[in-house]
Amino acid sequence: MSALSIIGEILVLLGTFFYFLSSLGLIRMPDVYNRMQTATKSATLGSLGVIIGVGIWALGSDFGSAAWLTKTIVIAVFLLLTNPISAHALIRGAYKSGVPLWEGSVVDRYREHLEAKKSTEVEASKKPAEEGGEE
Amino acid sequence: MIGINVYLALIAVATLLSMYRVFRGPTTVDRLVAVDIMTTITTGLMVLFALYYGRMIFLDVALVYAILAFGGVIAFARYLEGGL
Repeated sequence: MSALSIIGEILVLLGTFFYFLSSLGLIRMPDVYNRMQTATKSATLGSLGVIIGVGIWALGSDFGSAAWLTKTIVIAVFLLLTNPISAHALIRGAYKSGVPLWEGSVVDRYREHLEAKKSTEVEASKKPAEEGGEE
Repeated sequence: MIGINVYLALIAVATLLSMYRVFRGPTTVDRLVAVDIMTTITTGLMVLFALYYGRMIFLDVALVYAILAFGGVIAFARYLEGGL
């Protein structure tokens, strides 16, 4: 067993550990926002470890070639780019469809942002009307 | 070292644990989040299977699966926002 396969195997072990942590967070956390928060991050890190670890592990095996590492890096970069996007889109859809926050949540920046935007819009729509009345 | 069978078993346990959230989840979004995590885990599982059988063609399967899962999740998110 060469050094490359040992390094790859350690990476795969770390990745499976983070996979396990992500599914544990999916069970443990109280509402959908916390679940997404814990599960997406650790699943992304875990798949990075597993996929690049397999590429390095295949380099150390007898059938391995450099194409293994190239293809696994392509898959890993694709997952690293698209996983946060899909998580963000899902959580935004959850908020807009009205899923309530956990009762222990203390801050809701998105609602504050929406209220601030609405109040500035109301002021902006009032101003021309008042000016028109003065005239 | 430990061997590839143990890693496959660990990934299977992780998938089963997230399957619990799919069946149990109180809202629709909970189930969707669990399915999203399961697709991510399954991509890693397919890459491990490519090493297990020693065939590089399975890596292409994993890449196409990741692309299709991304498109599906984006479509579901648009549906939740009411834009579909």
